[in-house]
Amino acid sequence: MERLEVKKLNHHFGFTEILRGINFTLDKGEVLSIVGPSGGGKTTLLHLCAGLLDVQEGSVTNTFKSSAFAFQEARLLPWKNVIDNISMSLLANGEKKSEALKKSQEIALRFGLEEDYFEKFPKDLSGGMKQRVSFARALVLKPSLLFLDEPFSALDIGLKKELQTVLIEMISKKELSILFITHDLMEAIRLSDEMLLLKADPGHIVKKFRFDLIQNQRDDKYVYGKSAEILQDEEIISTFELELK
Amino acid sequence: MKFALKILKDFPSYLWSGWGAVASILLFIALWDVGNQVYGDLVLPSPLETFKTLVLMLHDDAVIAEIETTLYRASMGFGFSLILGSALGLLAGFFATASMMSRPIVTILVGMPPIAWIVLAMIWFGMGDETVIFTVIVASFPIIFVGALQGTRTLDGELKEMAESFNFPWHMRFFDVYFPHIFSYVFPAWVSGLGMAWKIVIMAELLATSNGIGASLAVARSQLDTPTALSIVVIMIASLMFIEYIILEPIKREVELWRD
Ligand SMILES: Nc1ncnc2c1ncn2[C@@H]1O[C@H](COP(=O)(O)OP(=O)(O)O)[C@@H](O)[C@H]1O
Ligand SMILES: [Mg+2]
Repeated sequence: MERLEVKKLNHHFGFTEILRGINFTLDKGEVLSIVGPSGGGKTTLLHLCAGLLDVQEGSVTNTFKSSAFAFQEARLLPWKNVIDNISMSLLANGEKKSEALKKSQEIALRFGLEEDYFEKFPKDLSGGMKQRVSFARALVLKPSLLFLDEPFSALDIGLKKELQTVLIEMISKKELSILFITHDLMEAIRLSDEMLLLKADPGHIVKKFRFDLIQNQRDDKYVYGKSAEILQDEEIISTFELELK
Repeated sequence: MKFALKILKDFPSYLWSGWGAVASILLFIALWDVGNQVYGDLVLPSPLETFKTLVLMLHDDAVIAEIETTLYRASMGFGFSLILGSALGLLAGFFATASMMSRPIVTILVGMPPIAWIVLAMIWFGMGDETVIFTVIVASFPIIFVGALQGTRTLDGELKEMAESFNFPWHMRFFDVYFPHIFSYVFPAWVSGLGMAWKIVIMAELLATSNGIGASLAVARSQLDTPTALSIVVIMIASLMFIEYIILEPIKREVELWRD
């Protein structure tokens, strides 16, 4: 069984304690979101899980066959056009060039990047277009685990919905497991099976929520309803109070 | 290879875009002719006379030999700066301490007037190739060094992390992530270094040697042979413009398409 297991994870930057006693498990086909205020250590936690930072204390066990990362910023190579940027991830995985280009073109179309975009450089793309490329680059690998670090936070509402719809489609088919970091409660409610609340200073998990309705059946009413319900919660109020100040 | 083809393919349209430059050169020559009519042949020979002298000179084997001598010195000095400056600059860029330590040295190299270097080199190496080559190196090395240094210092940590997250193998990290960025700094530095080398080689020759174009310029001056002096100036400028606009600029355009 593929899974990601985090046990008793602590992390320090210098003398500052960033994370304390983090425990959770992400099973195959699940979407786990971690919600918390900015500066709470979410990115650090994700980097630890993805192996981009070395674990200091505790353990991270990742048995997923493959994984990919989509960052908060698109992080495209400025000197590569759209298709070449997407195919980078495939090439890094040893795919043949011709095959990689073919797959990249297919997925580009699926993410709404028409053919006249294929040869464009990142400087000629809008923020939303760049983020599509970044998603395509991650998902073209068909990873079994996807790490998402607030990838929607810089997008306008329409685009946010569009990208989320593509994800939800994949999630509902149980093709994809996701570890999803966000400070947006509604986003987490829309996408996740389980939501962990990460409180800051130092980052620790204070509460878990489960959402059982399958993602492609969650409409706005469901999301608003759940949000309203959860926003009554004492822990939520005190966790996000930092941001309201 | 694909790149070379693309550069060739875009070349005609690049040349076409150069009409403005040609027009301004023609205007300059016209003003030059006016200057000739006002000040007379001794002070400023006419463009026509200058170009006639130029053609005669270019058919003279002795002159060609002088040009070759100068080319040899410039390319030795520039080649040395290119290789050493790029290599050391890249290396220093990777280490914070090294880049901090190199700063004052660069300031000294850049700040010291080339004429002072020529005097020192004449004392150290006497009158000859070494003095000229040394001066060229001292003048063009820091430009290239700084370009390479900045190229590595400004590598984007976020892109490095991205490459790591997708497990880029080392050759992809180098050729797809680091190299294009560094090159976009190093290449313009090479271009300015080359321009500097070409100016300094003439100056050093004029003061410190008995052959080369620079020395010919000194001879023309002592004999008040203004047409020859001007022809030499034309050779210097024309060769620099040829290298810069016909060779380097088209490459630069292709390489930097992705930039804003
Ligand atoms: N490399 C680092 N070195 C030192 N401190 C860091 C580093 N990365 C993040 N931090 C600090 O750790 C805290 C948590 O950051 P981060 O994980 O980015 O939070 P979030 O993603 O929730 O906004 C912040 O206070 C930040 O300043
Ligand atoms: Mg973050």
